Amino acid sequence: MKFRNRRITALAAVSLVASLALTACGGSDSDGGSDGGSGGSASGDISVTFLPKNLGNPYFDISDAAGKKAVESYGGTYEQVGPDTGSADGQVPFINTAAQQGVSALVVSANDPEALCDALKEASDAGVKVVTFDSDTNPDCRDLYVQAATSEGIAKKQVDLIAEQIGDSGEVAILSAAANATNQNAWIDLMKKDIADNHPNIKLVDTVYGDDDDQTSFDKTAALLSAHPNLKGIISPTTVGIAAAARYLSTSDAKGKVALTGLGTPNQMREFVKDGTVTAFALWNPGDLGTLSAFAAKALVDGTIKGDEGDKFDAGDLGSFTVGKDSVVLLGDPFTYDKSNIDDFDF
Amino acid sequence: MSTSVLSRPEGSTRSYPAYSRPLWRRVLFTREFAVIALLVAVIFYSNNNVPNFDGPLTFYYLFLDIAPILLIALPMTLVIITGEIDLSVASVVGLSSVLVAQLHVEAGLSIPVAGLIAILVGAVCGAFNGFLVAYVGLPSLAVTIGTLALYRGIAVGLLGTKAVTDFPEKWTDLAKERIVEGHAYPMILIPFVVLAIAFVLLLHFSPFGRGVFEIGLNDEAAHFTGVNVQRTKFLLFVLAGAVSAFAGIYYTLRFGSARGDNATGLELQVIAAVLLGGVSIFGGRGAIHGVIAGVILIGVISSAMRLESYTVNKINIVIGTLLVLSVISTSFLGWAKDLWSRRGRGSGPSSSEKNGQHRQAVAADESTNER
Repeated sequence: MKFRNRRITALAAVSLVASLALTACGGSDSDGGSDGGSGGSASGDISVTFLPKNLGNPYFDISDAAGKKAVESYGGTYEQVGPDTGSADGQVPFINTAAQQGVSALVVSANDPEALCDALKEASDAGVKVVTFDSDTNPDCRDLYVQAATSEGIAKKQVDLIAEQIGDSGEVAILSAAANATNQNAWIDLMKKDIADNHPNIKLVDTVYGDDDDQTSFDKTAALLSAHPNLKGIISPTTVGIAAAARYLSTSDAKGKVALTGLGTPNQMREFVKDGTVTAFALWNPGDLGTLSAFAAKALVDGTIKGDEGDKFDAGDLGSFTVGKDSVVLLGDPFTYDKSNIDDFDF
Repeated sequence: MSTSVLSRPEGSTRSYPAYSRPLWRRVLFTREFAVIALLVAVIFYSNNNVPNFDGPLTFYYLFLDIAPILLIALPMTLVIITGEIDLSVASVVGLSSVLVAQLHVEAGLSIPVAGLIAILVGAVCGAFNGFLVAYVGLPSLAVTIGTLALYRGIAVGLLGTKAVTDFPEKWTDLAKERIVEGHAYPMILIPFVVLAIAFVLLLHFSPFGRGVFEIGLNDEAAHFTGVNVQRTKFLLFVLAGAVSAFAGIYYTLRFGSARGDNATGLELQVIAAVLLGGVSIFGGRGAIHGVIAGVILIGVISSAMRLESYTVNKINIVIGTLLVLSVISTSFLGWAKDLWSRRGRGSGPSSSEKNGQHRQAVAADESTNER
């Protein structure tokens, strides 16, 4: 019987602690409520949150830094958040948080066209303007998509570069980012088509995925070269991939024999262009992309544009832009970087 | 204090040190309640200091985010208490996500049927782990590292590089629906609470559960006291596989997207939460309520820090530090308690050790303290 009594005492003690804790929480709820309310109404200016695919990615560091400059130029508040790996489920909590914070606009580069949709729609319902940049979601999940260059333009540019470098014939391979990366896969499909239609002597022998990880991309490059001894060129449509591949090639026998091109940033590629590992590569200016996204966000928040086709808005130094079909704003054509001009760029 | 309770004849005197304190102290002064207290403190602090934390959406999103971890943490707790580990759970989540998509979209099965098959496959995945660990006798760390890659490989192989996104809205909405409109609790908490109660009964109030603790303390001794060690371990891995597959279905419907790489790395979040919740990685001690508090604690800290616009690296640093501290604290508390009991034993009433079973129980209890 004594045992039973003890159990009851214990139960009473536990429930006492629990009820104390719960009432403490409950009490604070009402206090906190008023705090939150006043905090929300106090912020009047434009707050823009940048959500890149992942943090620590030099490409997004550049675009986000330019975005920050642009946001601050019009007196807004800038913030950058993001997951540490490029996964869709990692981005969702940050979108939810932005909705809770009630920021004016969210500028996001999507890791998955569908998985972010519901979270973005909820944010939109909470009054957040949603701009996607670099990598899009389904069109109905965002207000505007800021596109760096058309997929056709990007694919054609890279195929043209590799064709020029290997004399328009021979085996080539692609070193991509994650196997699910939206834009990389779109480009790869278009490159395949372009090669088949316009470059009959070029044979695409392999596509490998470096997951936008330096070491993985490095290892995959090594594997490509040993698996395909006749390989004449590698296309890497990702900045992490091309830098890792260039690093591998520059120290291997294949330097100068296997051509490398793709999408890279001047600072990462400078030494490899100068030492002859890489002749030329392409990219739009990610800084301009960030700037344009920031101004697009402002135009949406101000109500200057709604994201309809034909809407015009001003993007500071970049000039005026017009919204195209499916609420897409196009930055321009990719730019070719080579020995002659690489020193003019610092990003 | 230890939750391991060895059965003994009714009416015998409870004289050994674990029972020298009243029950309420044994229940409240535990690592589990330390985690719960910390959780309450963090919620209290965040409510008052973090803007928007007290908003209606915080806990709704929080539960949606941590639901897969909460679910998988239940069987993982039991697996770790036996001194084993299952690293393949996140890969089973990915595999089940892909299976639901393929069975629904390609084979045209309804979501419940596809889900049921996915759970069965998850149980088979778990059974494969369990067979190799329990009956073949291989170390679970090695086995499940292997199956982590194997199941993930099958998942990615089945779906390739694409993502399946056309799920019926009825089901994707259900995954996000609230139990009562306007409250923070999403539907997924219903199956979780049911499972949690089942696992609490299984672990803390059944002979099977006592066997789980005994295996963690010393599986040879457990074997000789009549615990079917092999079957227990096997069943636990099957449970882990089945629950992970269920979490995979939820994961798929919640994000409306099935991909081979879904939930990559989730196993480490689950194990981190289980350890933070007071389960010993060496086995033999732990409790479900502590684990649940551990999972929610990690969720609340991440949520509050995100609202303060801290980025993921800083959140990881805080959670990592907390985890290391919690692991250290177990050893430290064990050492302090040992010191205390050694000093206390001189003056206090000496424990009467009349038979071998008591002696063994004392030894078992002391070994849990040290962990």
